[in-house]
Amino acid sequence: MQESPKYWKGIEELENSPEFVKDAFTEFADFLPVKESFGSSDATVAPRRDFLKLMGFGIAAATLASCETPVRKAIPYLNKPQEVDPGIANFYASTYFTGQDYNSVLVKTREGRPIKLEGNPESPITRGGLSARAQASVLSLYDGGRLQNFAIKGQKAEKDRVDQEIRTALASTTGKIAIVSPTIISPSTKKVIAEFASRYPNTEHVMYDANSASGLLRANGGVVPAYDFSKADVIVSLGADFLGTWLSPVEYARQYITNRKVSSDKKTMSRHFQFESALSLTGSNADVRVPLKPSELGAATLALYNEVVGGGAASSYNNAQLKKAAAELKAARGRGLVVSGSNDPAVQTLVAAINSSLGSGAVDLANPSMIRQGDDARMMRLVNELKAGSVGAIIFYNANPVYDHPMGDVVKAALPNVKLTISLNDRLDETGSLCTYAVPDHHYLESWNDYEPKRGFLSLAQPAISPLFATRQAQDSLLTWAGNPSSYYNYLRNQWKGLLGGNFQKGWDKAVHDGVALGTALTAPAAPVAPAMGVSEAISAINSAPKGSGVELVIYEKVGIGNGAEANNPWLQELPDPVSKATWGNYVAVPRAMAVAQKWEQGDVVKVTANGKSVELPVLIQPGQAAGTVSIALGYGRQLAGKVGNNVGANVFPMATVRNGVVNYANNVTLEKTDAKSPIAQTQTHHTIMDRKPVVQESTLKQYIENPKEVTEYEKISTPDGLEAPAKVSLWQDYEYKNHHWGMAIDLNSCIGCGSCVIGCQAENNVAVVGKQEVINRREMHWMRIDRYYSSDAHKSDFDTKGKLDTYAAMEDPSENPSVIFQPMLCQHCNHAPCETVCPVLATTHSSEGLNQMTYNRCVGTRYCANNCPYKVRRFNWFSYTSNEKFEAVNGHMFTDLGRMVLNPDVTVRARGVMEKCSFCVQRIQLGKLEAKKQKRRPQDGEVVTACAQSCPTQAIVFGDMRDADSRIGKLLRREDGERAFHVLDAINVQPNITYLTKIRNTEKSEFNA
Amino acid sequence: MNSIRLRTLPHFLLALFLSFAAFGEASAQTVGSAPAVSKEGVVPGATAAAAPAAAAGATTGDAAAIAAGDALFKGNCAQCHAVKEVVVGPALAGIAKRRPMSWIIPWVKNSSKVVASGDEYAVKIFNQYQKQQMPSFQLSDAEITSIVSYITAEEEKASPVGGDTKQVAGGEAAAGGDAAAAGTEAGAAKYVDLLLIILVVVLIVLVVTLVIIANIMKDVLRGRKDLDGRDVELLEQRFDWTQLYKSKLIRGLALGIFALVVLYESVQGVMAIGLSQGYQPTQPIAFSHKLHAGEHQINCAYCHTSVYKSKSANIPSANICMNCHSQIKTESPEIKKIYRAIQKNQPIQWVRIHNLPDLAYFNHSQHTQVGGIECQTCHGPIQNMDVVYQYSPLTMGWCINCHRETPLNTKGNAYYDNLVKLHDKENGAVPFTVSSNGGTECSKCHY
Repeated sequence: MQESPKYWKGIEELENSPEFVKDAFTEFADFLPVKESFGSSDATVAPRRDFLKLMGFGIAAATLASCETPVRKAIPYLNKPQEVDPGIANFYASTYFTGQDYNSVLVKTREGRPIKLEGNPESPITRGGLSARAQASVLSLYDGGRLQNFAIKGQKAEKDRVDQEIRTALASTTGKIAIVSPTIISPSTKKVIAEFASRYPNTEHVMYDANSASGLLRANGGVVPAYDFSKADVIVSLGADFLGTWLSPVEYARQYITNRKVSSDKKTMSRHFQFESALSLTGSNADVRVPLKPSELGAATLALYNEVVGGGAASSYNNAQLKKAAAELKAARGRGLVVSGSNDPAVQTLVAAINSSLGSGAVDLANPSMIRQGDDARMMRLVNELKAGSVGAIIFYNANPVYDHPMGDVVKAALPNVKLTISLNDRLDETGSLCTYAVPDHHYLESWNDYEPKRGFLSLAQPAISPLFATRQAQDSLLTWAGNPSSYYNYLRNQWKGLLGGNFQKGWDKAVHDGVALGTALTAPAAPVAPAMGVSEAISAINSAPKGSGVELVIYEKVGIGNGAEANNPWLQELPDPVSKATWGNYVAVPRAMAVAQKWEQGDVVKVTANGKSVELPVLIQPGQAAGTVSIALGYGRQLAGKVGNNVGANVFPMATVRNGVVNYANNVTLEKTDAKSPIAQTQTHHTIMDRKPVVQESTLKQYIENPKEVTEYEKISTPDGLEAPAKVSLWQDYEYKNHHWGMAIDLNSCIGCGSCVIGCQAENNVAVVGKQEVINRREMHWMRIDRYYSSDAHKSDFDTKGKLDTYAAMEDPSENPSVIFQPMLCQHCNHAPCETVCPVLATTHSSEGLNQMTYNRCVGTRYCANNCPYKVRRFNWFSYTSNEKFEAVNGHMFTDLGRMVLNPDVTVRARGVMEKCSFCVQRIQLGKLEAKKQKRRPQDGEVVTACAQSCPTQAIVFGDMRDADSRIGKLLRREDGERAFHVLDAINVQPNITYLTKIRNTEKSEFNA
Repeated sequence: MNSIRLRTLPHFLLALFLSFAAFGEASAQTVGSAPAVSKEGVVPGATAAAAPAAAAGATTGDAAAIAAGDALFKGNCAQCHAVKEVVVGPALAGIAKRRPMSWIIPWVKNSSKVVASGDEYAVKIFNQYQKQQMPSFQLSDAEITSIVSYITAEEEKASPVGGDTKQVAGGEAAAGGDAAAAGTEAGAAKYVDLLLIILVVVLIVLVVTLVIIANIMKDVLRGRKDLDGRDVELLEQRFDWTQLYKSKLIRGLALGIFALVVLYESVQGVMAIGLSQGYQPTQPIAFSHKLHAGEHQINCAYCHTSVYKSKSANIPSANICMNCHSQIKTESPEIKKIYRAIQKNQPIQWVRIHNLPDLAYFNHSQHTQVGGIECQTCHGPIQNMDVVYQYSPLTMGWCINCHRETPLNTKGNAYYDNLVKLHDKENGAVPFTVSSNGGTECSKCHY
């Protein structure tokens, strides 16, 4: 029989606090201040005189304005480039890599301006997927906070003078010249640095990563193994958030999900165990998730090693699920995979040993991944040298250690004593502002570059726009100082002459066009380098590691902000965290038991102290957080990121510990409550859909194999003829679709909740950013949101057997480690849309192609439609987000000509007082149809895709014409009809054009929450 | 109390607003003294007749070949060649007599090769036309032959035969014919004006004469002493204007008429807010569409390069002007403005005439390429405009009307095949219009 778990959207809902109950029935809270300071003492009464004055002035102004039409200019090109046609988008292949994750991208440009990034389907690595951060990077191009010219001590300076002075200073430097950067995967850039080093022989290039994988590198002979999750049937992750933040999430997500998708033809799934402290995106998707303290991770790894390989010293960690995981790994042998996010070389050594003992086919050391090369030990050595004063010159290339290194304070104190300090960073950030010379680098969309993220896979970046500011590509700067007159473009081409066989020009053109190429610039791998430590050494290291005491802090990365390098990007700041749904800032995530014991409430500010440093952050009660631990995200608390990113949250990089030459992102902390309160801007518990029939459905693989017809519960309604499907009865006339019938299917089994679609939609549809206070006021504008539900095991049947009170009490138990489900929610484009009937001005109507059309210029802002929408997907423009100075800090890109270049010219920027919502990317539909009509044919399936479907790394969203029987969506819906396909809130019979597919978990229900 | 007062207020303000608007409209109208245009715009298809008549009645060559040659000539050659005039390249009349086909075909395909081969005639032509190379065309031999037969047909049509003057008005001379017709019309208008002036003068003379006669008569009567009291009274009687002023009827009438006029003007004014039909600004360069599109019949898409493929028709960049004007009329002060712009690297700032609000999405290619709509349908007789003005009102009503009335251009377009079938099955009697395919739905233009 179908189990019906009960879901709640947050702790407030579970506790059913009086405040929550009050809000639950009001969509919009009463009397939200529209204007904080209104002259009158009673803000609800507008004085009559003021009214008359404003009215009179308004009429006079309107009349005067209508007398003369403003003269508008049409300015054509002086010399039009052949490939640019106004109104037609051009796509250029490029590559996004800023020291975090690698993405091969297609840059959509209009009239020479990059306006959107899409995944490059040619790439064998990211295969058309794109992370939220990569999506958002197009906005960083137009960031006014970038340094716009060369500078000496913060003052604008001439290029020649800067070059002259730097070259003189470099030539006369005694002592070490250090180039500090995050991981560089560009073979040509490395050559440039090598050339620089040969000119100045005492140069050392130090790479360190803000999110270090040093331990992993040490355990695998200096490389990151290339993982292929699609080759793993049993995945055990020891704290690795590989779907969200670990190494190459887009690549891994795609691999992972190919083994998780089910259909009537393929009823198999991989099995995923996750052992972690904070509830991560990956943990949310796991079949079995076990919370543990960071100090237990080593012991847990050892226990797993003992179970799988055997022969290690006894481990103090004992867990039934771990034993089960080990047993399944052993059964899977070569189809098993263990990964760990730990930066401890000992842990990683054991993980490598387990994988090699299994003979895991999912680990490839011959063609390893290159995306983490940072060496914590070298960086620590450099920090000590800086402290000792033996560094004569230092160049920061894209590196900001003052902010993002645990020893940032030391670097900050030492920098003034270094004779020559140069920053190639794109802005005067925490480190750059301390440097004498600032030679800002181009944005990657303005640059030529090459990349080799994985041995044998090359990737190119080409400029999609001329440099916006008087900046210079860092490689060109280094070449200039090294005395090489060649431009980096020519340098790069010359490098590639050795890489591409055959006709070079032809190969080069193809590589530039595709953005990717096969081949390698790396030397053949030497015989496997022995790991830095042996297994026995690792075991003793683990057993001698300091035990955790008191409350343990976990420092983790967020899917959006990452390591904080792009903190000045408002899209990323407002992207809700996939799990906590919090925006704009970090917080202390605590388990519920701890909050209850300490009498903390959500939003109470606590003082967290570690390493003698302390930060004050609000508390967020996080189900699934391991007992005795708290977690805080990296990437916040920037001081010099720019208007958007400054002073959002607090910086916890200094709280990381450095032990045995590696950074450990955990620590023991003390927590102390302060009197302050600081509300957390969550997009959660806003749009309550509790107390309704199932909104989201899930089942187990076992049930699915037994009978796929039973995994989804279909609601029936009573009619005179007995129980019937809701659609059988209708007051409405049905639409007849002759031409197209656009529809979408969202596979809840494939959706990992990463948020890429949210940013993709925001970029495509000019969705405004509203800022922290407005998110708190529940006025965020995202057209697409990802609802996240926690589940508990309480059954409705329990009401009868245990009574209501006990059943509610039972619901509280699993909240310590709930199962999680993600559900992308957007306008459902109902065929019987409730919003359409209540609009008094017909601003929202139904189209002959099944779209629910929203016409902004007709809307008068009654908001009846939002009130009548059962899915709560309509967004109201409470303010003019493009001109109200209140939003200039957060939505600044809509205020300046520079920022407005990112807007999609095909989509209206909405004015104040109108409703907006998902349009199914009607501009893309129209374009696709037009192209087909021009070529005198029907549109092909896959030609018209929405921005969300396009950006989804796991292809959870399928969009197409449901009338076309051969389309992917047509086939999918036919296949899944009566099995996994369901409509949200089916019983209210609004007949959505969006169909969801039931999530299937590879689990026995009983074991998940053991 | 307050609320009652407030209720009357809007009425007062509305009235105020309307009267303001009326003045606004009046002043706005005086600005653009552009040709009067009907608000309805042009009925689709009406301009189709204005398209050059097909070369029927040609004596030589196959009619089909000539028609094909016509299209090819206009698409490929007309930018630089005319039949009888030197444009960029030589006039092509008599080409078939001057050169054999065996020379023409390789020349069209690759002229530089022919020049390089040392062909005497080719070198002469090349030198004669400022060493300007003719671009290579990927045309088949048959296509080039059809172009030549079209030219032959044109030159025969164009040359006067005997004394039959009617023959003159054909082909290219059609434009001239139109101009002549316009001339006679203008002449007729002048006559009417003259006649009116004469009439007015005659009337004035008559009135003056009558007044003089009346005065003389009065004087004569006054001179007579035999008049009695009543006659004197009659003679000295004057019209009492105050009576007229005091009359309630007259006052009421005047007031009523005034109110009606104000109301009418106000309504007209309000309806015209934001409308700029007839808008004819002065452009930075006195470019004449009449000369280029009208007289020289340069295809619209030659300059507006993306009109068949993009949302925007594209205002030509200076390098397109330079395709021809690097050779032609280089001394003209207007063209020197383009040279200056190129030298200074400052693009030319044209004044935009057709302004759609940002909330409306319009795509040229949808209408030109898919719908097969002539440029003139919306832009009016552009080939006759020296200075371009906004011909159509560009209101939503105007768009919608056209979408309701225009049958879809479905012929030969596989996109529509099934839709046409479905439509014909259901309601074959009514034309399959744009709106019956959803062309009046909101999100076709607003998103």
